[in-house]
Amino acid sequence: MPYLPTIGLEIHVELSTGSKLFCGCPVSFGGEPNSRCCPVCTSVPGTLPVLNRAAVQYAIKAGLALNCEIGLFSKFDRKNYFYPDLPKAYQISQFDLPFCLDGYVDIELNGEQKRIRIERIHLEEDAGKLVHDGLDKYSLADYNRCGVPLIEIVTKPDIASAQEAKAFVEKVRLCLLYAGVSDCKMEEGSMRVDVNTSVRPVGTDELGTRTEMKNLNSIRSIVRCIESETARQASVLDSGGRVVQETRRWDDNKGESRAMRSKENAHDYRYFPEPDIIPAEFTQEQIEALRASLPKMPHERYLEYTGKMGLPGSDANQILESVALADIFEDAAAISANPRTSASLIIVEILRRLNDMGLSPEQIPFDGAALGKLVKMMDERQITANNAKKVLTLMFETKDSPDKIAKDNGFAVISDVAGIKSVVSDILKQNEKAVGEYLAGNAKTFGFLMGQCVGALSGRADPQVVRAVLQELLQKGQD
Amino acid sequence: MAALDMTKLTIKSAHDLLAKKEIGAVELTEAFLDRITAVDSDVCAYLTVCAELALKQAGEAQKAIDAGSGGMLCGIPVSIKDNICIEGVRTTCASKMLENFIPPYTATAAGRVMDAGAVVLGKVNMDEFAMGGSTETSYYKKTKNPHDLSRVPGGSSGGSAASVAANLALGSLGSDTGGSIRQPAAFCGVVGLKPTYGLVSRYGLVAFASSLDQIGPVAKTVEDSAILLDVIGGKDQYDGTSIEVPETSYAASVNAGVKGLKIGIPRQYLASGLDEAVKSAVLNAVREYEALGAVAEEFDMPSLKHAVPAYYLISSAEASSNLSRYDGIKYGFRADGCESYGELVSKTRAQGFGREVKRRILLGTYALASGYYDAYYKKALQIRTLIRREFERAFEKYDVLISPTTPTTAYKIGENIQNPLTMYLADIYTVAVNIAGLPAISVPCGADENKLPIGLSVIGRPFGEADILKTAAALERALCG
Repeated sequence: MPYLPTIGLEIHVELSTGSKLFCGCPVSFGGEPNSRCCPVCTSVPGTLPVLNRAAVQYAIKAGLALNCEIGLFSKFDRKNYFYPDLPKAYQISQFDLPFCLDGYVDIELNGEQKRIRIERIHLEEDAGKLVHDGLDKYSLADYNRCGVPLIEIVTKPDIASAQEAKAFVEKVRLCLLYAGVSDCKMEEGSMRVDVNTSVRPVGTDELGTRTEMKNLNSIRSIVRCIESETARQASVLDSGGRVVQETRRWDDNKGESRAMRSKENAHDYRYFPEPDIIPAEFTQEQIEALRASLPKMPHERYLEYTGKMGLPGSDANQILESVALADIFEDAAAISANPRTSASLIIVEILRRLNDMGLSPEQIPFDGAALGKLVKMMDERQITANNAKKVLTLMFETKDSPDKIAKDNGFAVISDVAGIKSVVSDILKQNEKAVGEYLAGNAKTFGFLMGQCVGALSGRADPQVVRAVLQELLQKGQD
Repeated sequence: MAALDMTKLTIKSAHDLLAKKEIGAVELTEAFLDRITAVDSDVCAYLTVCAELALKQAGEAQKAIDAGSGGMLCGIPVSIKDNICIEGVRTTCASKMLENFIPPYTATAAGRVMDAGAVVLGKVNMDEFAMGGSTETSYYKKTKNPHDLSRVPGGSSGGSAASVAANLALGSLGSDTGGSIRQPAAFCGVVGLKPTYGLVSRYGLVAFASSLDQIGPVAKTVEDSAILLDVIGGKDQYDGTSIEVPETSYAASVNAGVKGLKIGIPRQYLASGLDEAVKSAVLNAVREYEALGAVAEEFDMPSLKHAVPAYYLISSAEASSNLSRYDGIKYGFRADGCESYGELVSKTRAQGFGREVKRRILLGTYALASGYYDAYYKKALQIRTLIRREFERAFEKYDVLISPTTPTTAYKIGENIQNPLTMYLADIYTVAVNIAGLPAISVPCGADENKLPIGLSVIGRPFGEADILKTAAALERALCG
């Protein structure tokens, strides 16, 4: 029997604030175990959490970036459970009054748009990590991650395929990158996804029993896990069985999952309001100020790029992959008034150089204004396209402006026709034989002469002007 | 002239003598250390005596006094309840669970007292994790009431009150979650003040019930309490619930007098269950206030009858969560011979906590469990709102409220410990103040036929510490002349 999957996601994203959610310890990845903890992160008796206001602002910015309503009154709650990576034996989280509610993200798949609704986004603290010795003799606790601010984005069960899930996670990731609230590095665990999946027979409306797969840390494993779980549930139903509501662990190496914990063994977290942190209250003005502080989101930029700026959709998406590229592009396009050339220099030339040098877009050593200036020089025929590429290469090496680089390296175009004429005239004198052949009717020698001229001008003249001059002088010789 | 017994001084009088160089700070501290050695084996107030630290602090205090830079607390020997952390000094909460716990940091309130030059004589006994009203639930020892060694000193800050009453410290820092400063102060005949929630930082106070706990002073006089409060109060960046309050001198407020003061007496606090001797001492205090020009009247606060159950639900719920961190993994006691994490947690907690602590954890866990939350914890929060509102209404009419601190005077050691419900009900006059976050002070107002002290409670508006201090001080002057 054919089945349709229904999927909901819970996405955990670590916020890139300077310090942790409840103390001054730094937030960063890696490092010596237990080198970034203090009595507050390790729950030494008598310590108290002090809320990091920046983390709250980041959480609200994330909500605004994902089209959420922001609650003017929010509070924290304790989620109680014993686990050795959770030093207080409770996690400070948000239960019934999270910062963000009722958002959505529009995804595009095969040319069709679909809206995935977001139920809520709440702010909470991350737990530590356990390191096992591999022999089951002991485990060690690393509390560096304890207290790192984390948002949990919970969707409605609006996702109907692995590909939709992929598109959604990618879009959320991009929005959060643009909002500047997280580095969203799935490979470092700063973005982790729980997947809830159920299936129902085609033609029915009633949702099936769902299972939960926790802590998926790559887009690839999300896709594989959904495909595998959809197939597993379908085969359970087809063989007359019943899907059990449970938490399953995905094994990415084997490409399969196994049961971890059934609903019967589910925790009672005994949530109650966190007495150590006073509830957060905001005015609409404060929320609007945060909204105004957000940069333009990628979908908004996409519409601009493909609209009045005239870029093809694929080019727009390639630039939008990175906030740094998008910012450079927009500045360059504004200064040069030539979005298409700006885009093509970025996509063809800059990305290739970044790839060759092993750099990320954030490491581009010049700004969009400099790139825009270069495009403008090309448009004003101050430099040829070929030399523009050479200037670009040098822009990665020096801090100089493109016009200075062009000038210092003799790339500037010779724009006076008299100058070009004298060079061309010299070339013709040096190549009397070829001139003779051309005049005798061998049109192919024109290309040779043209090459000689361009070479002698070392690319500094507009080839069209050179061509015109060459034609003119050859014409004269004919007469 | 007979030799001066320095341990009988007050903070104020000791300060004056130190300032006039009539006594020295080291000599003062030595007098207390000597008395602790001589007497504390009977009173059993101290769990840890920090003689070396105390003498070092006393030496530094003398230097500050000599340099003319010492404040009111400079050189003053104090005791600190054993749930308030001092870096490097064992802090047990009177529990086996923290038998070997040495805090890596100092509580804000203790730090402020030490920064002001006070000398820490040691850490004093309490009910285990501050759960109890007699200091009998301490894992280590039973502290005695200095007025009658066969009786309890009250609790949970029994060590604080007994150390002050027995002249084993000039003052003490205690903590009050449901009466834990005021009740032992009343039993021991000293002054105990529970500040407005948020006035004193809780940073470094090992949490019992976070929304109720406050650190406060225990001292021989109202003025001494005010001197301590002046030092420990004020916003702390390490406690998000501490509140910025305008700079004020509580010590300066004690002489303001009560002429024209409007005093309310909740009728429910004079109803049945109140010991006759206590009731008559309280009514006598009311007459004293009227003689001093105050106006007193009884009024109704019907919600007070729900205060004790609401208190035990809220405090136990929070405690069940706060005490979950004691799992044997990071600090404190760890049970031996465990094969798994689950077994380690379970055995550590079974062996590390005493009966009363376990009772509260179970009660609190139950009150928060899904399916029971609405009937217990949520209901208790609703009562909390009700009680707050009734206090707000009362303070529209009255400047302060007065009540007995305890229904009886100090009882015999062992008399009530087997009957938790009797113990819980004895908190009837103190818990509502914590539920509403208000300030309250217990001041001696007489004695019963056994010469056991009786305490009067004065309750103020939020941050109305100056009101309750002047009210208590007026009675102190009237009774002691």
